[in-house]
Amino acid sequence: MRKYILKRVLYMILTLFLIATITFFLMKLLPGTPYQNQDKMSASQIHMMNEQYGLNKPVWQQYLIYIFGMVHGDLGISFQFSSQPVSYLIATRIGPSLQLGIQAMIVGSVLGILLGAFAAIRKNTWADTLATLLAILGMSIPNFVFAVLLQYILGFKLKLFPIALWDNFSSSILPTIALAMMPLAETARFMRTEMIDVLSSDYIMLARAKGLTQAGVVWHHALRNSLIPVITLAGPLAVNLMTGSMVVENIFSIPGIGEQFVKSITTNDYPTIMGVTMVYSFMLVIVILVVDILYGIIDPRIRLSGSEVSA
Amino acid sequence: MDNILEVKDLKINFGTFAGDVQAVRGVSFNLRKGETLAIVGETGSGKSVTTKAIMGLLDSNAKIASGSIMFAGEDLLKANAHEMAAINGNNIAEIIQDPMTSLDPTMTIGKQVSEPLRIHKSMSKEKAIARTKEVLALVGIQNAEARMKDYPHQFSGGQRQRIVIAMALVNYPKILIADEPTTALDVTIQAQILDLMTELQQKIDTSIIFITHDLGVVAGMADRVAVMYAGKIIEVGTVDEIFYDPKHPYTWGLINSMPTLDTKAKRLYAIPGTPPDLLDPPKGDAFAPRNEYALKIDTEMAPPFFPITATHSAATWLLHPDAPQVTPPPEIVRRQEVYQEMVDKGLDQPNNPEVKLNTPATD
Repeated sequence: MRKYILKRVLYMILTLFLIATITFFLMKLLPGTPYQNQDKMSASQIHMMNEQYGLNKPVWQQYLIYIFGMVHGDLGISFQFSSQPVSYLIATRIGPSLQLGIQAMIVGSVLGILLGAFAAIRKNTWADTLATLLAILGMSIPNFVFAVLLQYILGFKLKLFPIALWDNFSSSILPTIALAMMPLAETARFMRTEMIDVLSSDYIMLARAKGLTQAGVVWHHALRNSLIPVITLAGPLAVNLMTGSMVVENIFSIPGIGEQFVKSITTNDYPTIMGVTMVYSFMLVIVILVVDILYGIIDPRIRLSGSEVSA
Repeated sequence: MDNILEVKDLKINFGTFAGDVQAVRGVSFNLRKGETLAIVGETGSGKSVTTKAIMGLLDSNAKIASGSIMFAGEDLLKANAHEMAAINGNNIAEIIQDPMTSLDPTMTIGKQVSEPLRIHKSMSKEKAIARTKEVLALVGIQNAEARMKDYPHQFSGGQRQRIVIAMALVNYPKILIADEPTTALDVTIQAQILDLMTELQQKIDTSIIFITHDLGVVAGMADRVAVMYAGKIIEVGTVDEIFYDPKHPYTWGLINSMPTLDTKAKRLYAIPGTPPDLLDPPKGDAFAPRNEYALKIDTEMAPPFFPITATHSAATWLLHPDAPQVTPPPEIVRRQEVYQEMVDKGLDQPNNPEVKLNTPATD
């Protein structure tokens, strides 16, 4: 297991390096420069700025400088936010985004698993139909619509939660719900299908023949087996949350990283684009690693593959 | 011998969009203490559904139209889910066809085999582990203690079926339902598993309901045989009576289509036609359309059971006193002659080794 994780970490580093390289050159292909729309700046000033930030060096040199800096934890200096280091910008803004993302992920997947399992156990009853309806709604309504609806009903009308504020836990509830809808719906739908499949399998029949009650069968056998394919959803769902959070953060005025990312693209703020991309990529490879480790814990057939298997 | 299980007039329908499929249409049989009763019949004859009803494991669209299943003075058809759960795995256990899918892939086999102990017996963990180890060793899993920590995928098909058997027998159930336990295994493993089952049956004194469509297996395993066709039992008798003196034309057809070492014909016999549609079963004898010996009354009225001996009876109008005398197929006549000779010599005792000379799968 340790060897496996070590190998995976090495692959992760390689992946991140490739992402950094590709993003760097793609970014250089973008039209325009960071200073092209600054009417107040003279040509010599722009030349000075370019000189200062190393933008007039050949691209390969810029690349090497960037990679060297990144390895040492230096993500460069932002062009737009009064010359703050990108690592500082990210550090101050990642907190709310991370908190929202993790909360939404936990709420979405736990409720989704429960809802899906419930629908599967009550297959073809009104409860199943209701759960399926919820899942379809969750998937087809974009999270910013949920965000606005929640804001209006629970925040503005009922005054249960702050509308757009970021101070304590209660201000994170509405954005979390809005973000969690999609993972919840997706997990529930997947879980229902898997669980129905598992519940009709031979070993579940035999488990009932052993004298387990319905609840015992679900808890001891069905849940774990249904979870194996569902866990693979975590990767794509995490990506979804990262991109989804950009809009939702805006709606609830949350000082997060998503908002920053959008701004940095429109202003050709190279170091910030690179920095945020790298942070997103890093989180994603971490999620994928966690999924793979979880996968191994839940499914012994994967954990033991590679080791000796007796016939 | 005492009856341990009495099934009376069991009727089970399955609700479908097209209407009710009458899967079991009035099945009655008794299971005696310590015996092996084989239920044979082709796919869809209702044999598995009957045993599912005994364990209360029917699908949700099944409706029990009538009947009773008496076990230990209690009607299992009236038991609720919790009462059934207390009986299943404790008094009545099951082995099913495919060992590759009948074990939970994510649970160690030690845990799976000890599960019935944990459910039914308030046994300490150490005791349960010791018992599990003992039972695994009993079914021939070598190095049982270490292998209890292994997962199903680390075992071969034959080993897995041994584990399933261990799981079924860990509580020493009074009844073991074996639903085609060897169908998914290759022939040499089949023989081993059957031997194991016979051996264990004697050790723990259990009754077995053995469901199969493999007559070779039946001959080697069973004390009595019930032949099912289209949701009904059509003939029941001791294994010798069924194999050597069958009375129902369907049983004739079944035995005729089983090759033996003496089979000379170039082409193996097959019963013509297909089983009837149980959505709308025929009003008379369901086998009549495929039966070359069918009488006129067969299409109008289902035959009752006619007793032949104390242990043997068959539901065919051919046994009615007014029915015309017919000559069964030559293979059956030959068998009847062999049997008559044995009866004359007083060799017709059940489990007489000589009777089973041509039973392929058990040697």
